[in-house]
Amino acid sequence: MTIARGIIHWFRQTLGLIARNKVGFLGFVGLLFFIVLAFVMPLFVPLDKTSRVDKIYSPPSAEHILGTDFQGRDIFSLVVHGGRDVIVIAFLTGAISTLIAVVLGSTSALLGGAVDSAIMAAADFWLAIPTFPLLAVLATQIKLNDVWLLSLILALLSWATLTRAIRSQVLSLRQRDYVEAARSLGMSNGHIIFKEIMPNMMSYIAISLVFAMTAAVYAQGGLVFLGLLSFSDNNSWAVTIQLAWTRGAIFFKDSFLNIMAPVIAIALFQLSLVLFTRSLEEVFNPRLRTGV
Amino acid sequence: MMADPSLRAGDTSPNGDRPNAAEPSTPIIELDHVSRVFEQRRRRVKAVDDVSLAIQEGEVVCLVGESGCGKTTTGKMIAGLIHPSAGEIRYAGRDIWAMGKAEFQRYRLAVQLIHQDPYASLNPAHTVYGIMSAPLLQHGIAANHRQARERVRDLLSTVDLTPPDDFLDKYPHQLSGGQRQRVSVARALTVSPKVIVADEAVSMVDVSIRVSLLNMLTRLKRDLGVTFVFITHDLAVAKHFAWEGRIAVMYLGRIIEVGRTPQVINHPQHPYTRALLSAIPEADPRITRTKERLQLRSLDIPSLLNIPSGCSFHPRCPWFEEGLCEVSVPPLADVGADMRVACHVVARERAKEAA
Amino acid sequence: MSDLALLVEDLWVEYPARRGVVKAVRGVTFEVHRGETLALIGESGSGKTTLGLALVRLLPKAARIKRGRIMYYRNGTSQDILALNAEELRRFRWQECAMVFQGAQNALNPVLRIEAQFLDTARAHGLSDANAVRERAVELLKMVQLDPQRVLHSFPHELSGGMRQRVLIALGLLLQPQVIILDEPTTALDILTQRSIIEVLRRLRAQLDFSLIFISHDLSLAAELADRVATVYAGAIVEIGSVYDIFERPRHPYTLALTRSVPTVTGDMHPLASIPGSPPDLIAPPLGCAFHPRCPLATDQCKREEPPLERVGKEQMAACWHWREVNP
Repeated sequence: MTIARGIIHWFRQTLGLIARNKVGFLGFVGLLFFIVLAFVMPLFVPLDKTSRVDKIYSPPSAEHILGTDFQGRDIFSLVVHGGRDVIVIAFLTGAISTLIAVVLGSTSALLGGAVDSAIMAAADFWLAIPTFPLLAVLATQIKLNDVWLLSLILALLSWATLTRAIRSQVLSLRQRDYVEAARSLGMSNGHIIFKEIMPNMMSYIAISLVFAMTAAVYAQGGLVFLGLLSFSDNNSWAVTIQLAWTRGAIFFKDSFLNIMAPVIAIALFQLSLVLFTRSLEEVFNPRLRTGV
Repeated sequence: MMADPSLRAGDTSPNGDRPNAAEPSTPIIELDHVSRVFEQRRRRVKAVDDVSLAIQEGEVVCLVGESGCGKTTTGKMIAGLIHPSAGEIRYAGRDIWAMGKAEFQRYRLAVQLIHQDPYASLNPAHTVYGIMSAPLLQHGIAANHRQARERVRDLLSTVDLTPPDDFLDKYPHQLSGGQRQRVSVARALTVSPKVIVADEAVSMVDVSIRVSLLNMLTRLKRDLGVTFVFITHDLAVAKHFAWEGRIAVMYLGRIIEVGRTPQVINHPQHPYTRALLSAIPEADPRITRTKERLQLRSLDIPSLLNIPSGCSFHPRCPWFEEGLCEVSVPPLADVGADMRVACHVVARERAKEAA
Repeated sequence: MSDLALLVEDLWVEYPARRGVVKAVRGVTFEVHRGETLALIGESGSGKTTLGLALVRLLPKAARIKRGRIMYYRNGTSQDILALNAEELRRFRWQECAMVFQGAQNALNPVLRIEAQFLDTARAHGLSDANAVRERAVELLKMVQLDPQRVLHSFPHELSGGMRQRVLIALGLLLQPQVIILDEPTTALDILTQRSIIEVLRRLRAQLDFSLIFISHDLSLAAELADRVATVYAGAIVEIGSVYDIFERPRHPYTLALTRSVPTVTGDMHPLASIPGSPPDLIAPPLGCAFHPRCPLATDQCKREEPPLERVGKEQMAACWHWREVNP
């Protein structure tokens, strides 16, 4: 019972902290909206797979509120179903690259010496690789239609910058007097990393994760747009944009929303993510957790 | 565990702070010709230069000096947080950097450091209980949280944070500077240290809080028999805290005078110590306005990157003698009972008196 | 009252904070005479710095002067500085009253040589004769015990903390203000450097005609330099008097406790008295006398009524219901 109450308390407190920053709260609401749109709405709005030759590029109507695409499919249903993979890939990419960065960055900072030099050299080397062309080449060799595989590859491409950032954070934090005090008290390295340093990096890590997510959204969008990436059932905002582009939707006034609806969805999702970082600051700051 | 006495007897270096013959016991802390050089943008900064000092168990020793004199680096070396570049630091007669893992851990816990800045020395992410229980649980001093809580309560009372329950669940930012410093001290006490190195532990708190903090530390010293290495720039604070102990005055990385506190405060020998004492403004208009001042030859403080030759104080020293002071480094030599001074002029005068 | 340089009357300053309104200055009244040195002594959070900033109207935007009057007097004329417009205020700030801030490091422009900083300051106030300004700068730098040729051509980072502090003092005197305000002039400086600053200030006061107000937590600085001392507690002056009265015959329990809590180097060991409790909260200061929770003399009256600053000696005022019982 007390655990349940504790969770409820934590939840309310966190929500309160999120709401503390108006802009951040707006981002939070936006994210909730997209999660509902991408994961709940598909249960009610079936994916429209029927081709209707008589309804190609029709303007918004009561039946198709965002109009139809080059096959006469309902754009609204495409938007509803096109979010899931975008969001999942963004999150997985963000999580994997942040995890790599935290592990490598803190190892590098804490061990120093040869390990540090090696990791940093690898990161510099990695940063020098032109990632997008590499992705393009990769896409021609491997079939990148698996969500996990794609996330992993995107994460591998973005770890270097983040690792450098995390390393410098750890380097600065480990100079703190309280870390020195912990060393003096004979605390284990695990304690120093996870109890002394990490808690003070949580907001930084969370914000890094969110920015890694936004980068992943653009990366997958770009790959799809260039036609280097395809999804089995064509249900991604990026795919919708790519099809609208290649099938000439931009040349018809009535199909304006065919390209704009997924673009707006992506833009708003990204905006929500960026705005939400404002609240993350508040959530992870112990000064604010207890309220002064 | 005891160091070979014949070895010590053989150490006749005038710069060595040899234990008094009347005190044959092994010092709890001993610095033996310790130096520390920092590499700073390819330049070598000699923060501590050939410092020797023996501290007996239960003793209070103040390291006094201005910024850049090496007192903090010395303190951190005593606490095993900085490795010396040369020389040996011994705990109970054993070189700490030659110790095995388990022995080093025992030493590490026995020597605790209190930092200057109470705003930086407590992790903002944890409550007072979290901060203090971690070492108790890690080292098995408390078997579980219930025991840890009891112990933390006791320790908070020891440092006058009462009632302790008011503080257990507070975060550092909810405490005043003085209260944080008390938590810092209580945290050090969790591992029952034998030596506490207090680095400017009272300099960042307000005047009205400072005295009660000092009194609290004095009580710990008395009740727990803790050995104190008290680092401060404030000779008045040093005087009050270490009246029964010793003061070592540092200048540009070297100890230039060391002796019993009343002796150093009331009869300083080294011109630098004299200048410092005469320069200190006092909170009494009649005393401070009539105090005799020792004028220095120069107000410029030499850079650690470019320490003057010979006696490093010579460019500022009013007693400077050309051909002597800038030529050789004066050794820290006995000039009386329990009094050592590193000054060519003082040494010569004392020798004359003795003759 | 012809020798009055500055008069502050019933000054109240507040600023908003997350938790509520900080009542940083609460009804402060004092005067500074020509050529006099006044020390405002208080601990951190006593409101002394806000008070200092209010005197030159350099308060942060959020702060509000709720009430009061700040008058500067010179050559028989007076200026109400709370009534000055932006242009008048700019002129006033260097020519009538200069403030030298705590942390001398940050007050000088790091990319300009010291000479340029003197010339810029002078030019901003309509002094365009560079040679005259340079001459004056050389003279002032000599007065603060610096080598003018070396210092004028240095960048701030090439000077030590004590040298920068002295440069700032010289710069503050450039336009011959009548009042100089120093905020913690010796804090964070080494003892020998502190000593040189004290000697410099003492010499300047003997040579030039200006009033000096310094704000500090350091009682010994007041003992060294001040003619009169005011003790600030919880945003109010609780005692003001000559330096000898304050240190030898304090009439406010807080002043007494402060003087008793500072160790001295000279003389015998005497036990230090500690002040119980913690510093007051300026958002919700205690009712009645703000010092009552920490005061050994506190009675019910102290908890209810705030004592006024009343005359307790020839030139000494204290705000304590029981000042007669305060026995040093």
